[in-house]
Amino acid sequence: MNAENRFLRIAIPLLVGIAFLLLWEGTVRYFGIREFLLPAPTRIAESLVENFGSLMGSLWITLRITIAAFFLACVGGVGLAILFSQNRAIEMALFPYAVILQVTPVVAIAPLILIWVGFDRTQLALLILAWIVAFFPILSNTTLGLLSADHNLRDLFKLYGATRWQVLTELQLPSATPYMLAGMKISGGLALIGTVVAEFAAGSGTSTGLAWRIIEAGNRLDIPKMFAALLLLSVLGIAIFLGLAWAEHALLKRWHESAVRREE
Amino acid sequence: MAGLGPAIHVFLLFLYMQEDVDARIESAHDIVGNNAMSPLIDISGVAKTYGSGTLALSNVSTRIERGSFVSLVGPSGCGKSTLLRMIAGLIEPSSGTIAWPQTENARPKDIGFVFQDATLMPWARVLDNVYLPLKLKGLSLKEAEPRIMDALARVGLADFAQSFPRELSGGMKMRVSIARALVTEPPVLLMDEPFAALDEFTREKLDDDLLDLWASQKWTVIFVTHSVYESVYLSERILVMGARPGRILKDIAVDVPYPRGRPFRESPDFIARCAEVSAALGEGMKR
Repeated sequence: MNAENRFLRIAIPLLVGIAFLLLWEGTVRYFGIREFLLPAPTRIAESLVENFGSLMGSLWITLRITIAAFFLACVGGVGLAILFSQNRAIEMALFPYAVILQVTPVVAIAPLILIWVGFDRTQLALLILAWIVAFFPILSNTTLGLLSADHNLRDLFKLYGATRWQVLTELQLPSATPYMLAGMKISGGLALIGTVVAEFAAGSGTSTGLAWRIIEAGNRLDIPKMFAALLLLSVLGIAIFLGLAWAEHALLKRWHESAVRREE
Repeated sequence: MAGLGPAIHVFLLFLYMQEDVDARIESAHDIVGNNAMSPLIDISGVAKTYGSGTLALSNVSTRIERGSFVSLVGPSGCGKSTLLRMIAGLIEPSSGTIAWPQTENARPKDIGFVFQDATLMPWARVLDNVYLPLKLKGLSLKEAEPRIMDALARVGLADFAQSFPRELSGGMKMRVSIARALVTEPPVLLMDEPFAALDEFTREKLDDDLLDLWASQKWTVIFVTHSVYESVYLSERILVMGARPGRILKDIAVDVPYPRGRPFRESPDFIARCAEVSAALGEGMKR
């Protein structure tokens, strides 16, 4: 990709964004739309500055739970996938339950988890709920990746008398890396969604993450603050996605078809 | 005279030992003679039926001599790859035996295997791909590096050790695959249509390179191909196989001295030998 192309890739969406904000600002001002219905972008920015301290504190809480849930989802998803790839009986026994956990809406399980964990330990409950939402894509993608290793390479490993451990570490895990990273990219976003949904379900409690700020602002009809919290959530989601996309590119750029740049 | 007794004893003992040594030398000659007589691989009444009920091979028997270059030629589905994989120990025969008489029936540990596609690990550099067989044996990269570089030099890729497979052409990838097969100095090299996916020019070049390596290393090569021309050019012996069920139709010797080169490829003798193999294949189809 040449410099001109790269510039256009950034400039065009940026221009669209600026045009949209201008249209929004103009519409609100021209029609005199009330602040509690739709605040203008400049008013949202003001609110962000006014409430910077409390919003950043909440951002930190949400970020912390999201990262912890994502990390545990990686460990649990990859660990369970390795177990599944080593023993079909374990896979047959446990996979349906992983699916059940995935398809049950987190909002429906949240009250139960909160009761079990205790309302004095809301953050732990949020972590568990976010983990439930985030771990499945990593599990299913990694399992698929581990089982997709080239069968001729498997034969070659067998021919050279490789141990199970060598097959896993030298063949299956590297083959599964692109699948695993694709799963992680989905899970990164899901960990954030899981955290926010769980915060909503938990209500007040002791956790004061961004979702709680949104509920609180909504109750007070402080819509600019609500938008400011929403903006921070979006930025956080985008940052997680970009971070994981960068990691994927860095790990795969030398060899995987998806990350290799081709001459046009 | 009294001192003569022990001396005679020593002399007699010397004679006895000499006789013993002679006997041992004779018996060693016998062993060597037997080994020279016995094949490297003795395939006897081998059949393979897959779970689906397909009879892939039926009653295949042949002997492969040490140091020979044997090709298996036949149409798709004649079981030539199945036979090759059985020799490698990747598939077990349903009946019959594959014996290795020269190594007390134990299959050699270092069998080199080259697949139809290069079968390289795309995430690993060329160096690491060739290192794989030695790594699996527990050798450190430092210990293995001279052997890896030697293997790469033999296939003309010493300058590409740090490249990734995707940066190489099809022919170069195949060379890496061959380097990986020969890095363990295998006594037997099994090749499953290794050059089938390559263009004619690259294929002829790799055929010549393979013959050079074979001449210098004295491996036993079993080469699966569906190209009559390639089999005649490369081999000392061609096993023509037929399909449904897979079996050996004809065992054809190609008694042309090496190196063969282009004059052989263009000679009437080459054409005649190709025609003989084609005719054997054609007869198998009719049956």
